[in-house]
Amino acid sequence: MGSFATNYEEIAAVLLFVIGMSNLVFQPNLLKKIIGLDIMDSAVYLFLAAKGYIEGRTAPIVVDGILDASHYINPVPAGLVLTGIVVSVSVSALMMALTVCLYREYHTLNIDEIMMKLRKEED
Amino acid sequence: MSKKNPNYRNSFADKFTRWVKGDYDPIAGQMEMNAPDKEVFGDERIRYVHLHIVKSNNYSERMFEEGLAKNVRRFTGLYKVFGAIVAIFIACLLLWTVSYLPKFGDPNAPENNEVATRYIEQGLSETGAVNIVTGMILDYRAFDTFGESCVLFVASCCVLILLRVDKDEDPESRAIEDMNDRHYEPRNDTILQKVANFLVPLMIVFGIYVVLNGHISPGGGFSGGAIIGSGLILYLTAYGFEKTQRFMNEKVVKALTVGALTFYCFAKSYSFYTGANHLHSIITPGTPGNILSAGLIVYLNICVGIVVACTMYSFYTLFRKGGI
Repeated sequence: MGSFATNYEEIAAVLLFVIGMSNLVFQPNLLKKIIGLDIMDSAVYLFLAAKGYIEGRTAPIVVDGILDASHYINPVPAGLVLTGIVVSVSVSALMMALTVCLYREYHTLNIDEIMMKLRKEED
Repeated sequence: MSKKNPNYRNSFADKFTRWVKGDYDPIAGQMEMNAPDKEVFGDERIRYVHLHIVKSNNYSERMFEEGLAKNVRRFTGLYKVFGAIVAIFIACLLLWTVSYLPKFGDPNAPENNEVATRYIEQGLSETGAVNIVTGMILDYRAFDTFGESCVLFVASCCVLILLRVDKDEDPESRAIEDMNDRHYEPRNDTILQKVANFLVPLMIVFGIYVVLNGHISPGGGFSGGAIIGSGLILYLTAYGFEKTQRFMNEKVVKALTVGALTFYCFAKSYSFYTGANHLHSIITPGTPGNILSAGLIVYLNICVGIVVACTMYSFYTLFRKGGI
């Protein structure tokens, strides 16, 4: 089982990811589905931040002119998390705008009800 | 297929030629091309806005007929069972993967390779940024950050397309919009206004501080822009659209965002061009630790901050009233 007992952060990220995914799958409400997707995003950020951390080192901001790589944590995951946050904000805004359009058309947020109304329109 | 072939009409090639010329539309008649009539939103809209809160959510009784309800219930049960199986399977798979990952905080993990070492050891002398992450995202990978800003800009454009309420619409629906707005948001709330008087200048000044210090301390354009945007949103909730539209209307937002993105593009193109061709560049790293150091990073941070603040503000106004 390798390092299962020491990787608490990664385990928390995985559990958060699964919680968000079950929200996405089980909730019939569109807004709650979007919240589930946001929880999944947060789980990915937590995982990346945990991968960048190195025991006993500080944030990658040069203090006192120390330019030794063994003094700072890995700066690459921080940049990746930034990219992820920006994309997730954009995707959430776009999905919520589409939800508003659906609500205006069908007067409900329930995905099953929207599907039923759509099928009735087609008949 | 030649044009003399009797089957040429209605063939793919013919349709394609007509589509290129512009007199054939493959999706005409198959999907809704125009916006729905205003009747859908008329009296109906007032009714659902005020009654929907009271409505209970026992949708299955009023939505489905008797025979259909049984099928729907069976399908929902199956869906839940399969969903639970998939969720548990993915949880077990990911936990199993975690157990094979390197230990948390291990300095010899494979991701702590020569890339990170290079960024840390050469970053300060090459970019002049004390904050190595800022130096990385706004100098080495600046085009990536440019793409991120463009993603934000495109997202706000898409939300504008989806939620726009036209200005020249009849005053009646405008009045309905206004009434709905007042129904949910407080107007001239004294407590909110007093708190906003104190907080909004602080938030905006703090946001500008975070943007300008992006290369010498934690922060940068994205976080600072988000702080400035939330300050603007607080001002808007406290004082209403009449006050904010004096300085943040559609024209200002458009000019700021497009100007910032254009400046970013040209500035970074110049520095990449000179860097790639070994030409002499007028941009120097400067003294590390000063505000005006680190070459282009300060200016790029300001651009990113402007784009993020405008996007946050326009998201809020678009969702609230369908226009900036």
